[in-house]
Amino acid sequence: MKKLLSLAMAGVLAFSVAACGSNDTPAASDSNAAPEAAEAEDAEAAAPAEGGVLKIGGIGPTTGGAAVYGLAVMNAANLAVDEINAAGGINGMKVEFQFEDDEHDAEKSVNAYNTLKDWGMQMLMGTVTSTPCTAVVAKSAGDNVFQLTPSGSAVESIAQPNAFRVCFSDPNQGAASAQYIGENKIATKVAVIYDSSDVYSTGIYETFAAEAANQGIEIVAAEAFTADSKTDFSVQLQKANEAGAELVFLPIYYTEASIILTQASTMNFDPKFFGCDGLDGLLAVENFDTALAEGVMLLTPFAADADDAATKSFVSAYQEKFGDIPNQFAADAYDAIYIIKAAAEKAGITADMSASDICEAMKTAMTEITVDGLTGAGITWSADGEPSKDPKAVVINNGAYTAM
Amino acid sequence: MSFVSYLLNGISLGSVYAIIALGYTMVYGIAKMLNFAHGDVIMIGSYVAFVAINSMGLPIPVAILLSVAACTLLGVTIERVAYKPLRHASKLAVLITAIGASYFLQNVALLIFGANTKSFSSVVKMQPIQLAGGQLNITGETIVTVAACIVIMICLMAFMKYSKAGHAMLAVSEDGGAAQLMGINVNGTIALTFAIGSALAAIAGVLLCSAYPSLTPYTGAMPGIKAFVAAVFGGIGSIPGAFIGGILLGVIEILGKAYISSQLADAIVFAVLIIVLVVKPTGLLGKQIQEKV
Amino acid sequence: MKKLSKTTKSSLITYGIVVFAYIFCEIFMRTGHMSSLLKGILVPLCVYVVLAVSLNLTVGILGELSLGHAGFMCVGAFASAVFSKCMMETITVPTLRFALALLVGVVCAGVCGVLIGIPVLRLRGDYLAIVTLAFGEIIKNLVNVIYLGVDSNGFHVSMKDAMSLQMEPDGLVIIKGAQGITGAPTDSNFTIGVVLVLITLVVVTNLVHSRTGRAIMAIRDNRIAAESIGINITKYKILAFSISAALAGAAGVLYAHNLSTLTALPKNFGYNMSIMILVFVVLGGIGSIRGSMIAAVVLTLLPELLRSLNEYRMLIYAVVLIATMIFTWSPSAIGFRERYSPAKLFHKREKGVQ
Repeated sequence: MKKLLSLAMAGVLAFSVAACGSNDTPAASDSNAAPEAAEAEDAEAAAPAEGGVLKIGGIGPTTGGAAVYGLAVMNAANLAVDEINAAGGINGMKVEFQFEDDEHDAEKSVNAYNTLKDWGMQMLMGTVTSTPCTAVVAKSAGDNVFQLTPSGSAVESIAQPNAFRVCFSDPNQGAASAQYIGENKIATKVAVIYDSSDVYSTGIYETFAAEAANQGIEIVAAEAFTADSKTDFSVQLQKANEAGAELVFLPIYYTEASIILTQASTMNFDPKFFGCDGLDGLLAVENFDTALAEGVMLLTPFAADADDAATKSFVSAYQEKFGDIPNQFAADAYDAIYIIKAAAEKAGITADMSASDICEAMKTAMTEITVDGLTGAGITWSADGEPSKDPKAVVINNGAYTAM
Repeated sequence: MSFVSYLLNGISLGSVYAIIALGYTMVYGIAKMLNFAHGDVIMIGSYVAFVAINSMGLPIPVAILLSVAACTLLGVTIERVAYKPLRHASKLAVLITAIGASYFLQNVALLIFGANTKSFSSVVKMQPIQLAGGQLNITGETIVTVAACIVIMICLMAFMKYSKAGHAMLAVSEDGGAAQLMGINVNGTIALTFAIGSALAAIAGVLLCSAYPSLTPYTGAMPGIKAFVAAVFGGIGSIPGAFIGGILLGVIEILGKAYISSQLADAIVFAVLIIVLVVKPTGLLGKQIQEKV
Repeated sequence: MKKLSKTTKSSLITYGIVVFAYIFCEIFMRTGHMSSLLKGILVPLCVYVVLAVSLNLTVGILGELSLGHAGFMCVGAFASAVFSKCMMETITVPTLRFALALLVGVVCAGVCGVLIGIPVLRLRGDYLAIVTLAFGEIIKNLVNVIYLGVDSNGFHVSMKDAMSLQMEPDGLVIIKGAQGITGAPTDSNFTIGVVLVLITLVVVTNLVHSRTGRAIMAIRDNRIAAESIGINITKYKILAFSISAALAGAAGVLYAHNLSTLTALPKNFGYNMSIMILVFVVLGGIGSIRGSMIAAVVLTLLPELLRSLNEYRMLIYAVVLIATMIFTWSPSAIGFRERYSPAKLFHKREKGVQ
């Protein structure tokens, strides 16, 4: 058996070496990694009007516990790419998009990044989750590859100059939530239920707690749960109830929030609930009793039932193609592709530029563009990669979002 | 009063663990293998019930029966395909195929049902009982789960004690080789064990999702591990042990969250488990195995 | 030259495979014929090889099932990352810094191994497995709630949040709870990884072939007989267990210094990872060190090579896992293989390692 295994391993190694035998050094592999890219280049010399192919890579979890976010991003990005290609591409270039799975793991994410590099990726739209994003950004900064994350919200996720993001940062959301609650005098006694094993959740909770002190909000209970014990929330709710909380702040994702709302209703505990963009998607949970979510407030940049034409056409196209209602991750990804388009057009990117040249041009262009997307109007970026857009506060009324 | 309320919540959570642990302990007792795929059979059972109720519009009892039938079939199939060829191989080899089966079920569910959370509407239509002027609240799910758990436990014990198939199971669990010599169909008995264990998994899945209504392809994994811990806690292989272990685990988890730290709930549960096992190495009700020299 | 004994020859072949693989990879890397994917995955491969070989010490040589190996890796990873982050300014030579961090990680994991081994090794079989699983989960849970900061007044620890550390403004938060450690230096590279693999192999093979190793295997094969000839069971069990833990810690050190971020997610330090390492050991052949090594490499590369299957990737991986186990272990498949495979020609030993 050992011999068999050794043979198998030799085969595997030979395969991987052969698979990349045609590759050159990494610097050169950016522009002509695959034979067809080289051909495209030749064709381009003959007919420059065609524009060639721009290869955009994407990374996110499409299997494992976080698959729901990665799949949403993948689907929405594919949708945007198809639309762009149908409308003539970016600067006449056809966009090719490839999405790789990272299982929400930093190491797998770097593997996915390297796979995309071998494919000849020129720009990266990813990664979807924060921790893998931090790991990948370190690598992409080393290679000088432009990276735009749709939803990596931790501060460190865009610590490098080549990285930008579409969503809000965690501290931004935590502080904005506390300010909103404080300024609108929604409540003074607040309980927080957060996921102490999650980067997103703890990130928001910490800045919320820091800002709450400035806003005259008293945090009467701060109860945690972990990825391993998220079936039952009765204790956290009961503690919030006993501490006399008027409002429960939920910096978590909607899967857990749907259980919290159900359990609160069976306990006859009826505070106000306030969440961040992670709660978006609550109403789209199949078979969820939306009456439970009545009066829930959230700060989100995107509402799937908004009335504007862009959102409507996006939601109907997404639903037609993939069968479910897009969440905020999908909207971020859809915007991300159009942001790349806007910046690439501004920077005058052509298909024969190396990834490093593209990155330099895009870095400048990103700070100059203004984009109207699904997740905000007139979004601009600073050089540190943060978008400037205002979180919109919405409240759930009769099973639909209403602006507050 | 809040202590009693926490205790009730603990029993509610614990009864769900207990009902999963009963299935675990049955399979372990007879087939002597840790069936890591048990939690995922639960998840499949919940999806079947979900589809039956919401997409096919079947009445709840029919949906539950359908889910039980599907899980029984699934359990027996997994046993036949993945475990039976390894009956005489190392125990570790079977453990690994069980893990493979678990990954397989999760990924099949991901492909068929998608990653989006589904909200399972409770199959229990009972109104909660309010005591002490509304301070204590016992949900219908708690009552039904605890009752179902006790009924199943008694049925299983009676089955083992009085039925011929039950005797065969006891014999196989005691000594498979000797049982075969006595003319017991060992393969058939083990298949029957898997059938019963998986049928219990279906019921557990429906009750789990009724009490905690969020269903994803990974719903079964963590309760499965917790139930495994509960089964070991009570003495793996022992049917009343699984019940007691499950209830205790739920109560410890909730009380740990309430009075010590909600961040450290997992650590507390596992620490108690370790202490129990160090003091009583075969669990609360486990048999002390005397080694022959 | 003295004639080599069979065991020495076998160990030399194992070292030879590693050195050959290293040279092979270096040549391809230097000449620019290696894909970025493979280049990126070299260090993780070393991590998993070390983990698999070290777990084989517990499972194969000591004969106890451990489901908490990732916990020791976690201890090693976090201890060394804290050290490296603190020493980033003080020690500027990456190799020296890594060597010291390695020492810290190995010692911490080894001490944990002893502490956990004393109560745990009284148990047997599946009870031991579940207790090691419990320890792994406790470690993961604790790491996720610890906040550690350093400022001019020394270290501050909190279990609540970063604010409650009460630090001076110049302070640096090292571990931020679930957000883990970011910005620790990425000191590990393929050469260091291979050196670590070789050290692990030397430690394990020498232990196995020593008097101590024979005593440990005697305990595995028949505990009562071993006890009756005067072998101190507790001592040898704890020895093997803590060496295994220390080596897992070394793998953790390598892991922590490979990426710029380190968090304790269920995926990388939970029981899933422990089980993954166990899969390497069982698939490679329980007790076979070379087998663990090869299985770790193949099973780490497999999901990457299956990427073109997209959403069916993990499904195929699960099927491959089940099929391989049945193919390797099922009596009928073994019979089939022995009758028809060319491996029969150079097949000397009896199959069926227990």
